[in-house]
Amino acid sequence: MAGPKAFAAAILLPLLATGAPAKAQTPLTEGIQIGLSTDNVSITAGFSGADLTIFGSLENPDPLVARQGRYDVIVVLEGPPKPVVVRRKDRVLGVWVNLDSETFENVPVSYSVATTRPLQDITEPNSYKQLSLGASNLYMQPADAGDSPATIEEFTAALRERKGAAGLYSENVGGVQFLSQNLFRATVRLAPNVPVGTHKARAFLFKSGLFIKESSAQLEIRKSGFEQSIFRVAHDYSFLYGVFAISLAMLTGWLGRLIFRKD
Amino acid sequence: MGIYLPIAEISVNVFVLLAMGAAVGFLSGMFGVGGGFLITPLLIFYNIPPAIAVATGANQVIASSVSGVLSHMKRGTLDFKLGGVLLAGGIIGSTAGIYVFAFLRRLGQLDLFISLLYVVLLGTVGGLMLVESINALRATRSGAAPVLKKSGQHNWIHRLPLKMRFRASKLFVSVIPVLGLGAGIGFLSSIMGVGGGFIMVPALIYLLKVPTNVVIGTSLFQIIFTSAYTTLVHATTNQTVDVVLAFLLMAGGVAGAQYGAKAGQRLRGEQLRALLALLVLAVAIRLAIDLFVTPPNLYSLSSAGLN
Repeated sequence: MAGPKAFAAAILLPLLATGAPAKAQTPLTEGIQIGLSTDNVSITAGFSGADLTIFGSLENPDPLVARQGRYDVIVVLEGPPKPVVVRRKDRVLGVWVNLDSETFENVPVSYSVATTRPLQDITEPNSYKQLSLGASNLYMQPADAGDSPATIEEFTAALRERKGAAGLYSENVGGVQFLSQNLFRATVRLAPNVPVGTHKARAFLFKSGLFIKESSAQLEIRKSGFEQSIFRVAHDYSFLYGVFAISLAMLTGWLGRLIFRKD
Repeated sequence: MGIYLPIAEISVNVFVLLAMGAAVGFLSGMFGVGGGFLITPLLIFYNIPPAIAVATGANQVIASSVSGVLSHMKRGTLDFKLGGVLLAGGIIGSTAGIYVFAFLRRLGQLDLFISLLYVVLLGTVGGLMLVESINALRATRSGAAPVLKKSGQHNWIHRLPLKMRFRASKLFVSVIPVLGLGAGIGFLSSIMGVGGGFIMVPALIYLLKVPTNVVIGTSLFQIIFTSAYTTLVHATTNQTVDVVLAFLLMAGGVAGAQYGAKAGQRLRGEQLRALLALLVLAVAIRLAIDLFVTPPNLYSLSSAGLN
């Protein structure tokens, strides 16, 4: 079974009509819109990651700025927030033991970024910080604020590094492409272990390094039919599920004996 | 070919799991161990979350044990009475073990405790078996008549009261050590998520002096029920049994177990014991290395809800 490889999405707002008369007056402020053709994505048995395509458009783009390529778009797909424990191993009598740990509240389970250009070329580090944009600028809220800042910083860095290594925090430079002056397409990566739940797609518009506007849309990622049923039964009827698992095992053992018997 | 596991929530390769199941099934049929002590670490090495690896491992062990028991039943190398008494002790032991498991989990050091337990138990059992079986092999080779069970030489176990006769095992022994052995193994298996065959087999051979050929069938028989109990408890308390994962492992496992049982028949008792000892030691060493070698990543993430 091939997993859905791309989920095309389109809300194209044709904004060409405002045209000539407005030109002479104060330029209209730019806006940004994104849309998803589907508000839910199903993970099937064959799911091994996918690229999610998000289409979007600029409103009232200045043709001159657009021509010079001074509009930049960053699209983020953010997974549902969950508390996370980060543990650090230390050596005790030669054995590596989980000693210190730090719990963080509301850490996005996944965070995929697509950009028109490398992040450092788009705007200042400070504006990323203000927007809390990019995996390295996400604010991780420690559950115990009393810990020393150095410790919190160390565990925050470890958290980002581990998420990145798991493919859950990713960056796709060049993943946003302008198809025309005001139409763009963003490709964000869904990791094979993408968490289920409500994901939030956000698009940020920058003009010559200045943040202009943000737009967002929601996306539900869920397990499809069979997987979802198993998951539900395992949680809602756990005793029966256990009995079923045992029966299945006994039946398989018996059948295996019938089919493969060697004596 | 990839498949998405509904409970583990990750994509895995079907063929890797089938092969893993087949390899472990072969060994389990050969040695009369359920294979839990192999399958659980293997699943963890394959990035399955430990809680799911433990519970699903217990589930898959049922299948390979059923398959193995059926072939032992046919050959009459199964002592139902001995298995039943061991099982009675096992249920008591695993119930106690489940509470200790929950307690350790709250302390947050469950993983370390499990690894240490594995290393100590597998290391000790494997080491003792290896020394014994090598001595036996040497004795056979040097031409001396193999000194089998010295039936006259009884240890303290045989002086306990409440004796019971186990005909299939040619054994007349007190039920106290049998129940105690069952309970001890039940306790360990619910903490370690294994059937306990790797302890059961040597304990029956060396402590109770049960003939090796009967030991394997009887151990497998007992393991079926201990792992069924463990599976049910994990399914109801933690929802960590992944039937899709378990089924893939089983499908490979039952096939392997039949070939393994056949291969096991061609080997002599002491050869079988030496090989099992080497296998057990290898797993112990592998786990010990993980404890002592600097891990590639000092940091690990876990969802805060679990502990």
